[in-house]
Amino acid sequence: MKSRTTILFVLFTAAVAALFAADMAVGSVSIPLGDVWAALTGGACDPTTAKIVREIRLTKAIVALVAGAALAVSGLQMQTLFRNPLAGPYVLGVSSGASLGVALFILGAPMLGLQGGVWFSSLGIAGAAWIGAAATLAAVAAISTRIKDIMVILILGMMISSGVSAIVQILQYLSAEEALKSFVVWTMGSLGDVTATQLAMLLPAVAAGAALGVAAIKALNMLLLGETYARSMGLDLRRSRMMILLSTTLLAGTVTAFCGPIGFIGLAMPHVARVIFRNADHRTLMPAAALTGAASLLLCDMVAKLLALPVNSITALLGIPVVVWVVVRNKNLA
Amino acid sequence: MIRLENLTLGYGSRTLVEGANAEIRRGALTALLGRNGTGKSTLLRALSGMERAMSGRILIDGRAVEEYTPAQMAVTVATVTTERVRVADLRCRDVVALGRAPYTNWIGRMQPQDAAIVEESLATVGMAAYADRTMDRMSDGECQRVMIARALAQQTPVILLDEPTAFLDMPNRYELGTLLLRLAHEQGKCILFSTHELDIALNLCDDIALIAPPHLYLQSTEQTIRSGHIEQLFAAESVTFDPVTRSVTVKR
Repeated sequence: MKSRTTILFVLFTAAVAALFAADMAVGSVSIPLGDVWAALTGGACDPTTAKIVREIRLTKAIVALVAGAALAVSGLQMQTLFRNPLAGPYVLGVSSGASLGVALFILGAPMLGLQGGVWFSSLGIAGAAWIGAAATLAAVAAISTRIKDIMVILILGMMISSGVSAIVQILQYLSAEEALKSFVVWTMGSLGDVTATQLAMLLPAVAAGAALGVAAIKALNMLLLGETYARSMGLDLRRSRMMILLSTTLLAGTVTAFCGPIGFIGLAMPHVARVIFRNADHRTLMPAAALTGAASLLLCDMVAKLLALPVNSITALLGIPVVVWVVVRNKNLA
Repeated sequence: MIRLENLTLGYGSRTLVEGANAEIRRGALTALLGRNGTGKSTLLRALSGMERAMSGRILIDGRAVEEYTPAQMAVTVATVTTERVRVADLRCRDVVALGRAPYTNWIGRMQPQDAAIVEESLATVGMAAYADRTMDRMSDGECQRVMIARALAQQTPVILLDEPTAFLDMPNRYELGTLLLRLAHEQGKCILFSTHELDIALNLCDDIALIAPPHLYLQSTEQTIRSGHIEQLFAAESVTFDPVTRSVTVKR
């Protein structure tokens, strides 16, 4: 069993590395892998190619890798915390919170005539989205300290999420066509809009979320048996819940802030990791989900680039069959 | 081992048990009897510190439960709930290994001695051959045994079980009862389990705790049978208890 897991990890790491390289080769201009390598290592190659690879493709590939891993890990955390196979990173309103932030920024600000404000535009879409996501999760977290039953928290989270979405809809309804379009484009998700400077903000935030996630591994394993058992084995429930919520805010919230809401990776990839690694232990499952998420988003990004489509439509088309298959496979739901 | 001092339990305005005084012994198997909704689960939760008493005290090893930290409680009392754990891809061995959680480090790393305790616990409940099976592929009886093995791996002097014989067929009920009795007598554990199986309680257990609201009576099985409390349990119902044959008959 041990050796099978090790082999799988080696294979998956190799696959992610290969997809990472391939992602840099694919685009509006196709660049041979040899040139990608040359551009990255400073070898001999066309200066325009070197510029494309180093300044655009590399950033984009890193974003796809990190975003895929982060979404899958936070999806795994939510599925275990709520003991619900259909939970995902957005179940508690991370994406609708981020949408509200962006909607207020793109749609609401022109309505109030704030567009010209220097302070406001420097905040940027990412900043607005992050504040929105964090505020929504903070609300859920604040409520969760006063509630015992995790299912109630799930329902409240979904209600907050729906309520926030309704406000976003109102903003959409009231706004001008121009602003509406740029908002809709944001909701389709994009890995390409992240600049190198933004990447420098994204990486530490995601790393902090991942560190918290790793620290929560033992708690997640105990929660597999349910909260009563977890408590009876000495788990501090409130603290663990907070840690997991904070980790998800940092992982999914940050990714959503910079790339828009990317669907289905966080929901579907933990299941793929479970099926392939045949293990429920988060010490195996968490890195496995990270690798699966990274690989899948790199793949989706390549397909999206080749077809010139928004990445969200590709992740949905890839993710939906996986979710359907999980539901059908799960005897309890059939 | 566990002492109840003037214990009153309930929730809201509802009192379930009032002013109970009792001692649950170490090295003995005690059954907890009572009608539905009389506070059996509430008592079990209170004993493991998950619920507060309305008044009075619960002492485990001479120390009040409120004084235990969660970590101390985890190495003193192990609980087996009615919750059924049916996680796909979760192996029996991993479930039992979680019983070592109070002893392992921040990420739950198992030392060789932890692994040995896990195997030993699985063997004690007769589930060693099932160690690599996943929890979604087992019968109710097998699941129940794995959860008990997990409680054993926790190496606590006290084990509390909430209706462990529910969902089990007749032979499985008796096998489970015998297993609990053996653990109490051979390993000197203090085991309390709630049940509706009068026959198992009367035939196997050393002591019987009986909740007849608002009283809690805890006596040896023989004393309980003679006391008339069991008849009280069914007062004015369509069944009667015969202390001579130790059985329940339907009134005609």
